[in-house]
Amino acid sequence: MSAYALHDSSTMLRRNLRHLQRYPGLSLFPILGPVVFLLLFVYVFGGTLGNGITPGGGRGAYVNFLTPGILLLAVVGAANTTAISVAKDMTEGIIARFKTMRIWRPAVLAGHVVGGLILAVISVAVTIGVALLIGYDPAASLLQWLGALGLLVLLAIALIWLTVALGLKAKSVETASNLPMFLMILPFLGSGFVPTESMPGWLQWFAEHQPFTPFIETLRALLFDTDLGGEDLRLGRGGHTPLFYSKARRQFDPFLQAGGGLPYNLRLPVFQRSAEPQLGTTP
Amino acid sequence: MSTLQAPEPSIETRKAAAISAVDVRKSFDDNVVLDGVSLTVEEGTVFALLGPNGAGKTTMVRILATLLEPDHGEIRVAGHDVAREADDVRDVIGVTGQFAAVDELLTGRENLGLMADLHHLTRPQAGQRIDELLERFELVDAKDRTAMTYSGGMRRRLDLAMTLIGAPQIIFLDEPTTGLDPRSRRTMWDIVRSLAGDGTTVFLTTQYLDEADRLADRVAILDQGRLIAQGTTQELKRQVPGGRIDLTFADAASQLAGAGALDVPVRDGDALTLQVSTDGNVATLRRVLRELDESAVDVAELALHTPDLDDVFLALTGRHDGSHQPGDDQEPHS
Repeated sequence: MSAYALHDSSTMLRRNLRHLQRYPGLSLFPILGPVVFLLLFVYVFGGTLGNGITPGGGRGAYVNFLTPGILLLAVVGAANTTAISVAKDMTEGIIARFKTMRIWRPAVLAGHVVGGLILAVISVAVTIGVALLIGYDPAASLLQWLGALGLLVLLAIALIWLTVALGLKAKSVETASNLPMFLMILPFLGSGFVPTESMPGWLQWFAEHQPFTPFIETLRALLFDTDLGGEDLRLGRGGHTPLFYSKARRQFDPFLQAGGGLPYNLRLPVFQRSAEPQLGTTP
Repeated sequence: MSTLQAPEPSIETRKAAAISAVDVRKSFDDNVVLDGVSLTVEEGTVFALLGPNGAGKTTMVRILATLLEPDHGEIRVAGHDVAREADDVRDVIGVTGQFAAVDELLTGRENLGLMADLHHLTRPQAGQRIDELLERFELVDAKDRTAMTYSGGMRRRLDLAMTLIGAPQIIFLDEPTTGLDPRSRRTMWDIVRSLAGDGTTVFLTTQYLDEADRLADRVAILDQGRLIAQGTTQELKRQVPGGRIDLTFADAASQLAGAGALDVPVRDGDALTLQVSTDGNVATLRRVLRELDESAVDVAELALHTPDLDDVFLALTGRHDGSHQPGDDQEPHS
């Protein structure tokens, strides 16, 4: 670690924040996208879907069911933006310039990761704000709120490292904006929008075992003060961050060689369900 | 034909070397890009690496600027080994590449501010240096516009200003004028000269022979990954068999009379022209004109052709600037 690690990283962060500010296409999508989905699903589909989830529950029941899934979309959107800005950087000459300077080399990536994280936090905050306005009514204590937000932040860090790797690997900005698309689809193919029991068997199996579903269920449990149906929560297999971080690092390796890496201790506990979820709707 | 291959003249090795590279090799897969390049650049001089597209110029710059590792070779920049002391090298160099490396979404001033931050300058230091560079590179009016809106010449100037924020001792300019209009090119030349005037060592690559001729103290010619010559422009020009006077006549009769008066052959394919070889001094020119006058031969046009680096390239490789096939070479005039 160089003496200027923090200094250089914050310089790069300032640069990325300025990019977000100058290039609204990049920052508005992850902030407004989830809100549009939230309104669309609650007001267009919500009446019918809500009744399916809690008989007679209607729109109010659906906004309670839907919000955790939308929060995941908000995090994914910010990660997607990170992939695009990383790829954009790599196609431009300025990175070569940075490489000829005596700077703490991981600062470039650190700037992207922290910038993406700030975007994710803004996006999550806006989504929660709008959800509360349209009737989201969670029953969480302050501690559970903090737990939910903490989980979202950890998920954001993991996903942003993944998208940094994708952005580094992409040969063009267009590819970089398409690569994380599967992350956008995953919440739909899980318990984000409808209960998995309503799906056909093969899809239900996938929906229950794909990585986003445990996050959604954990968020529901925290925000509605349920205990995940009394099933035991256990730490997942180490979490995704170290994996994605090392992937990003490998992609960027020539750049990092001289500068050393980031601390490896960004380990992310992932709650994994060992049994069927209980729907997170309040009684 | 003889070439001016390294070793360097011993008188000049007394000056400290800003850059020294010995037997640099680099291949990409099976494609040999640099095939044993050795060169020395003395402190405070302008060195031009000249060569056609694809000769390996950019690869050489990338290696010297710690962006790329060579497969083989001993390279020291400002006395530091590029492989083992890359950060020490980075402390003293500045690089401006072929494509402007500016941040398009930042304004001119913010781009310079970014560089100042990365060079860890204090606020007052940075402010002063930025104002100075904006002034010097005629970017004051555009300083608050994003670089996206800049013209090619402005981008290149901003790029160079960003390189200069850290006051580098050694500057690499990779094709600094490629794609610029003639006026911007001239501005760039003035800037390079003023850098050299300040004692900065400049290593530039170019595919323009006249550019190397105008700017460089020493020139090395790179062709297909090998240096085929290096020396001062004067030394290189001595390699080619002199200059010549091109005379153009109004008709065949005057051409023939002129050939008789000057005792030079009329050559097939030289439509109404005669070529007289000269070492470029005034006495020769005066003699030619006097002899033409005495024989009452009218000359429609006269051009003095001094050898330029194109002639050097032709003499060394049998090709013009390297982009032509060997088939179209002509016999050096003598």
